[in-house]
Amino acid sequence: MRAGQQEAVTSLGDPPAIEVEGLAKRFGDVTAVDGISFAVRQGEIFGFLGPNGAGKTTTINMLTGLARPSGGTIRYFGRDHTSSVKSAQHLMGVVPDESNLYPELDGFENLCFCGALYGMPRPEREARARDLLETFGLAAVGSRRFGQYSKGMKRKLTIAAGIMHRPPVLFLDEPTTGIDVASARQIRQLLAGLNAAGTTIFLTTHYIEEAERLCDRIGFIVSGRIVALDTVDSLLQEVKGQHAVELLLSEERTAACAEISEAFPDLRCQATGSRLRLMSPKPVSLFPLLRFLDERDVRVFEARVVRQSLEEVFVRVTGIGVDEMRKEREKQGAAA
Amino acid sequence: MKAWIAFGQIFWKDVRTYYLKPPNVSWGLLFPLAWTGMFFIKSGSGLETIPALLPGVVAISILFGTTSLLAVTVTFEKRGRSFERLLLAPIPLELLMLAKTAGAILFGVANAFVPILLAALLTNLGGVAWTSLIPGIVLIAVASTFLGLFVAVAVKEVFEAQTLSNFFRFPMVFLCGLFFPIAQLPGWLRPLSYVLPLTYGADILHGAVRRANTLPLALDFLLVVVFCGTLFFLTLVNVKRKWIL
Repeated sequence: MRAGQQEAVTSLGDPPAIEVEGLAKRFGDVTAVDGISFAVRQGEIFGFLGPNGAGKTTTINMLTGLARPSGGTIRYFGRDHTSSVKSAQHLMGVVPDESNLYPELDGFENLCFCGALYGMPRPEREARARDLLETFGLAAVGSRRFGQYSKGMKRKLTIAAGIMHRPPVLFLDEPTTGIDVASARQIRQLLAGLNAAGTTIFLTTHYIEEAERLCDRIGFIVSGRIVALDTVDSLLQEVKGQHAVELLLSEERTAACAEISEAFPDLRCQATGSRLRLMSPKPVSLFPLLRFLDERDVRVFEARVVRQSLEEVFVRVTGIGVDEMRKEREKQGAAA
Repeated sequence: MKAWIAFGQIFWKDVRTYYLKPPNVSWGLLFPLAWTGMFFIKSGSGLETIPALLPGVVAISILFGTTSLLAVTVTFEKRGRSFERLLLAPIPLELLMLAKTAGAILFGVANAFVPILLAALLTNLGGVAWTSLIPGIVLIAVASTFLGLFVAVAVKEVFEAQTLSNFFRFPMVFLCGLFFPIAQLPGWLRPLSYVLPLTYGADILHGAVRRANTLPLALDFLLVVVFCGTLFFLTLVNVKRKWIL
């Protein structure tokens, strides 16, 4: 639990803000989400992490009413809404992975329109829109058309639109993908502020560091299944006492991992292309390792010690290289 | 009450951002003008032919005006994902789709009055039964709009919506008795005429303008209402099946 968040998270006796049991989604023969179960406590930031195609967006779509589950149950604040998520839509704000406001309306009009969709009377929605434009640092561009906003401004306004009606639960799908560092930092601060005010946040992201910094608990989803779910601290226990080193080779050497594991039994080796990740319960001594590789004509361009982080946990529990995640992230950022 | 606030704002946003835009206003005016001029010149007759041409021109103006715009307001928003925002709002799907079509219905009605105003300037419309004509125009606008909505929901791209709309629109113009009496069509084509909503709408207009309806007006009204309900129902089924996966 992050410092300062204790008050915002309600007691364990309260029903979870979101509770999912055996949730599944099949498209013909393809199982996109495979009977997942989890609960998001009131007032927490729950991170949902996984590679592209893992089932994150499909899960959000089912939870928000944009997709019908093939099986399982969905509860909001203890009430079953499986058969009609529409009846729970007033409880949630949704910020999709792509900003989907109206390009022909200006920022203020977009927010007012979103407020109206939730039945907010005119004076209330106009006052709220002005407040949010101020809070998100967009007051100066409130009368500019959304289509003329920068990517960062678009993301901020889309988040503002998601919270216009003060929903107790906010779904955020990749909120900082494809935007500059300063805007991303500002968005993270805004999300932390929202959460401190009591909003439960369900966050999907490719940015593991972002999830580590923001989330109380994290679920890793791979191929439609949750492979790990716990608090950030507990997940980090997985790699506590572990030491890791990453080597960048001049070329891909498929046999290198097997040779290292044989020569250095303490080391666990994982290869992703020309990158090797070596993990050990003891500090890794680089010199004998580099000499060993040199003797086998394996050139090492770069060697770095990897700090214990959620990235390490992710690699361990999913078996997916962080490089693959990075590539996906870059691809998504470029597309956005 | 809350759902009606949403309804009003969806309707008003569409009116502002689509229907009151200069290209659409000019389309709404020019298109009926062009049809009126074309048929008037083609007929080669005097002003006395206007009442005979008027129902056809009115119906075509409504049909093309509504179906063309639905392709934009629905297909375009679905493509740009802003329609998802509407699907995420806590308003019943039926009300949402009515809000999305209300602007097009009004646009269709407004289109219909362009040739009527022109005709009023050129000839005497004293014999027109307005109590049948106006509800008839509204019903044709509703049926055409729902047909446009049905097409818009069935496709993914705006150009597909336009193409598929033409598949329905052009045969309808020739088969529904607007310009050629259904009785003059080849026998094998006639049954097709009677499964088109515009056939009954056109009959209402012919009846209202020059007492030349072939079916009882009450039956015409009833059948157009049935077509409207069926098209709307099928659209809702399609939205649930295709958009809420």
